[in-house]
Formats: sequence, C-alpha cells, structure tokens
Amino acid sequence: MVVNNIEAIDLEAARAVAINVCDPELPFLTLGDLGILRSVELHNNTVIAKVSPTYSGCPALDVIEKSVRDALTQAGFNARVERIMTPPWTTDWITAEGRRKLEANGIAPPGKTQTDKNILFAKTAVSCPQCKSENTIKISEFGSTPCKAQYQCNDCSEPFDYFKCH
Amino acid sequence: MPANTEQLIEVVVQIADDHLILGHRLSEWCGHAPMLEEDLSMPNMALDLVGQSRALYSYAAQLESKGHSEDDFAYLRKDREYTNCLLVERPNTDFAHTMLKQFYFAAFMHPFWQGVKNGTDNTLSGIAGKAEKEIGYHIRHAGEWIVRLGDGTDESAERMNDAIEALHPYTGELLEVDEARQSCIVSGAIPEIAPIQTQWNATINNVFTQAKLTVPEIDYPQQGGRAGNHTEDFGFLLTELQYMQRTYPGAQW
Repeated sequence: MVVNNIEAIDLEAARAVAINVCDPELPFLTLGDLGILRSVELHNNTVIAKVSPTYSGCPALDVIEKSVRDALTQAGFNARVERIMTPPWTTDWITAEGRRKLEANGIAPPGKTQTDKNILFAKTAVSCPQCKSENTIKISEFGSTPCKAQYQCNDCSEPFDYFKCH
Repeated sequence: MPANTEQLIEVVVQIADDHLILGHRLSEWCGHAPMLEEDLSMPNMALDLVGQSRALYSYAAQLESKGHSEDDFAYLRKDREYTNCLLVERPNTDFAHTMLKQFYFAAFMHPFWQGVKNGTDNTLSGIAGKAEKEIGYHIRHAGEWIVRLGDGTDESAERMNDAIEALHPYTGELLEVDEARQSCIVSGAIPEIAPIQTQWNATINNVFTQAKLTVPEIDYPQQGGRAGNHTEDFGFLLTELQYMQRTYPGAQW
C-alpha cells in the first residue's frame, strides 16, 4: 500500500512537470494548453509521457519531445517520451486557457469547424485579436509556422496570425 | 512476419518516396517564389510532405526490422531503388507547372488517406489521420491558383495549358495498382482504387471547370517510377537531395 501511495504521488508530480513544459514556437503556451500531452504513466520506475504531434512536419516536434524528457529527468525521474498518432490531434483539444493566451499574444484562436477543402476561395470568419473586428482579410493560408495562417484587420490595419482550425 | 509484410513495406516506401520527392521539389522554390506569401506557403507544404515521408519511412524500417532508419531510406538508396511515381519528380519549370503537379497529387492523396485512415493498419491509419487534414490545404491552395491562372490573362491561361499538356500524361501512374498494392487492398490497409479514381476525376473536373480549362485525352501515358525507371531529371534531384549524406556519411544535426 505504501508503495502504491508513493507511486501515485510520483505520477502526479511527473504529470505536473510534463504538462507545464512550454511549446518552443509559442512559448506562452504549455503542452497542457495545447492539448498535446496525451498521458503520463509509470511503468517499472520509468515515467512514460505520451505526446501527439500537431503537424506531421512540425519542426518543433523533436524539440518538444526532448524538452519533456529533459524536464522529467531534471525532476529526478527516469523518463521516456512516446509519440502517439491515434487519434490525431485537433485544435479542439486546445483548452479555454490556451485560447485565451493565444488571443492575449496577438494570435487569433482557431475556429470550431474546418471549411470544406473542395470549396475554393471560401472565407473563414476570423476576429482581429487586437480590436475584435470581424472585418478581416486572409493574406495567406500559410504563415511563419505550419499551424498558422496570415490575416489582416481592415478596421485597425493590424496584420496578425490565425491559428488554423485543424 | 505476416504473409503480406513485404508487399506492405513496398507500398509504404512507394508512398513515402512520392512525398519525399514532391516535398523536395517544392523546397526548391524556397527563396525563389513569385511573391512572399508563396515563399512561405511552398516550404510549409514541403514540410508537411517531408514530415509525412519521415513517418512512413520509419514505419517501413520498423516493419523491415533490419536496423535501418528513416535516413537510410531517404538518403542512401540508388536512383533505381526509389519507387516514386514520375509525376512528383517532374521539374518545377514555372509556377503553373508546380501548382498543377501539387493539385494532381493532393487530389489523389486526400481520398486515399481517408481510406487508409479507416483501414486495417493502425500505424498507417494514424499517419493518415494527420496527413488527410494537411493535404486538404494543399488541394485548396493549388486549386485556387489553377483557377486564378486558368481564368486569368491570356499569358497565364497559356502557361496553365502548357502545364496540363506536359503533366497530365503522368497522372495515370497515381491510380495504378501493382501486385503489392493489390495485396494491401486485400488486407484492407489501403482503399480500393475505383472510388478514389471517381473522386479524383470529380475534384479535377470541378476545378478545371472553374478555371475554364479542359481535361485532355491522353495519347501516351507515362509511367515507370514504381519499377524504378525514372526520368533523366531524377538523377539531378537525387544528387542534391543526397549530397550531405554522401559527402559526410553519417552526418547528423
């Protein structure tokens, strides 16, 4: 029983460490905010953190996995990170807190539904993170990282990133 | 080793090669695109494709269990050992060629990944779940350019038509089913081809109609990539792709 208690406490501590690791490209977001930490388990004295990639080619992926391993090792755990593909990560897993932080940092949070890929020139309603106007225009479907598109606000003229619905 | 593992590896490598080579072709535009937004979008899409190829090569290496890594597949094979379809290795030429090549490929991969996602192979299904969403952006991005150019100026329409004439003969290979693919269709890892062909035709027709372009009849279909018979341009591509690993064997970063 005593052993089980210690394990439970350890697991809670390990989870707290892993979930608070920050994304290297959006450093104001934790893995918990992004919803990419799928689980933290303890097997034979080794902590196994399971992480889902956001995009297949996201260069941050390797850095994130290394950061989680390093953070857990630094906290005194034997740690391993596993990549989980199924079910695929979706922007619906970004928490309310994550969405708030995105907007506070000038990035419009993702919409709730994906637009049909066969409809060309479709418009996605995106609010300006600065002045909240919905009178915005898409500049490019692709931006500085795979997860973002570029928009501009027609009212306050601010160019901004939009976190794509995925 | 289950009965059709060899065929599964063959198909996984075919798909991985398609993605790596098309991704590499797109990456050649980095710094050369006609406008800044496109200079961002093409490397972004290249990243999707190369990322997908990494996952596929890693899976092939795992199935093969000979101690190879994704890098051995990507960098250390000879030209005849690559089994990508010829379409993806065609030179970028001008922007119209590049967008059309992307469009033909994405219009095939989108329904293909949807089928794989619901298929019997769990690892492929996971890769497909991500890739399906990513390739959706590629269809729309390229499709919009085809409409802009096809229904644009006389000059842009002429270039779009040149691209169709040059590339359409290569599209048949995308839909080809060889023995290895047939085995994977039977095991349920990849989908039946007929519904994919129907969707591919519908996607092409839809965009070509909006772009005021015509789907041509093919007199001489081009194929051979799946058997390792590549076009002359492929050697030049591979020389650049493999340069680092050939010059500094085992280099990592």
